[in-house]
Amino acid sequence: MAQVKISVSNLNLHYGDFHALKNVNLEVEENQVTALIGPSGCGKSTFLRTLNRMNDLIEGVKVDGEILLDGQNIYRQEEDVVSLRKRIGMVFQRPNPFPMSVYDNIAYGPRIHGTKNKRKLDEIVEKSLRAAVLWDEVQDRLYKSALGLSGGQQQRVCIARLLAVEPEVLLMDEPTSALDPLATMKIEELIQVLKKDYTIIIVTHNMQQAARVSGVTAFFLNGDLIEYGVTESIFTKPTDKRTEDYITGRFG
Amino acid sequence: MLKSINPAGSELLGKSLATGAALIAIVSTITIVIFISIKGLSTFTAYGVSIKEFLFSANWLPDRPPGEGGPQVGVLAFIFGSVIVSMLAVLLSAPLSVTCAVFIVEIAPFWGQRFLQPAIELLAGIPSVVYGYIGLSVLVPFIRDNIGGLGFSVLAGFLVLSVMILPTIVSILTDSLKSLPREYKEAALALGSTRWQAIRLVLIPAARSGLVTGVVLGLARAFGEALAVQMVIGNTRKIPTSILDPVITLTSAITMDMGNTPMGSLWNNTLWSMGLFLLLMSFFFILVVRYGVRKGGISR
Repeated sequence: MAQVKISVSNLNLHYGDFHALKNVNLEVEENQVTALIGPSGCGKSTFLRTLNRMNDLIEGVKVDGEILLDGQNIYRQEEDVVSLRKRIGMVFQRPNPFPMSVYDNIAYGPRIHGTKNKRKLDEIVEKSLRAAVLWDEVQDRLYKSALGLSGGQQQRVCIARLLAVEPEVLLMDEPTSALDPLATMKIEELIQVLKKDYTIIIVTHNMQQAARVSGVTAFFLNGDLIEYGVTESIFTKPTDKRTEDYITGRFG
Repeated sequence: MLKSINPAGSELLGKSLATGAALIAIVSTITIVIFISIKGLSTFTAYGVSIKEFLFSANWLPDRPPGEGGPQVGVLAFIFGSVIVSMLAVLLSAPLSVTCAVFIVEIAPFWGQRFLQPAIELLAGIPSVVYGYIGLSVLVPFIRDNIGGLGFSVLAGFLVLSVMILPTIVSILTDSLKSLPREYKEAALALGSTRWQAIRLVLIPAARSGLVTGVVLGLARAFGEALAVQMVIGNTRKIPTSILDPVITLTSAITMDMGNTPMGSLWNNTLWSMGLFLLLMSFFFILVVRYGVRKGGISR
């Protein structure tokens, strides 16, 4: 087994009176794609958002337990959330490029983290767009609004924007649910390329997608982590009856 | 039991009521424009004043007989007064409004929406004569005693105006900040922005069409405001050389002289021409908001 990047132990999340995550224990391997599957409202997105502390933004959320990133608890008191989010980036369900040019979108992260030099920024922008397999499509329109691109291109702008801050972990929250099949295929191919350099955790509704892109799959149900393991065995011989029912389409 | 209404009949009734109301609005706009144009243009047609003299001369001698170099009706001083007072008001009010709107939407939604926003909206409901009165009894003496000059000044005028246009800019900007997708803020924070960076570099730029709309409408309001301004600016027909000098605006000149001049005289007609000029300015502002802003908002 490869190196453990993120180790979650006894994680509970309460949203007001609602117990949204129940005692979750999970280890995420480095340079692996981990898929989180489960029916709507099972807590998989909520879980994803505990990993870069995006749930902090929501009032009434209480988290306890431990999440270790390279052995350090990201919920410890003195954790710097800003630099944590620089290390653990996120791609959202709906493509959300900022309403500015493609260039400014990609350069946003490096700029806020202190890169001012124009040549250096140019380099980062090109490198990130190439890494997101988008350079050829947008190199002629770098200075036009990113909102003029297609949905799939916008999502790749968001991925490039993320790569520009050089994170270690990529969280993807149903990144293809708003895209057509062709754009989805391109994003999936991209994920295969990116996993060489990044640890990727992807939430998906689409079980075929989980089977195609991930090496490890975790199945959530009603806030419980029911089962996790190598994707192939989860899909071919699940140990839990509920996992089997879900992947064979009996509910969800 | 309800009487059954012939659905086709009630449809017709509703349609004609709505059409009638729309027609009234359109007809009154058109007639106002025609009326002011006829009156306002007669300065140039009946009296032969050149548009150049009207707009670019500051010689205002509308009652001087022809033998003594008159009459002259250059309104540059009025236009200058309106422009300078309105612009300064917007320059002060816009940054203040951005701060208020950001506070209401992003910094402290609870306090902002419960106390600050209603307070600002209340400002919009205060009659302009009250602003003028407060300006006259508080601001003017304060400026005279502590800063200098007569007190009646450009400074007093734009301070009063900047408070009056604050609610316009704040409410438009607040709406446009609120209507931004939550994902912008989330994306900015997920990239490791501090809250301040997210607000300054993503949210405010994303709401810039609202900011421009608010500023233009604020400017239009400031340009058209007569009473409150008139009460505190001293109304001297001269181009001011400092912000402590008294000044006069198009609107205050019109309200002061409209009742004192005989209908049909050159003086009176010139006031109508100034009214026409104000009307054209407000058309211009509306055009900017409708076309300029919308285009700017979608693609850059």
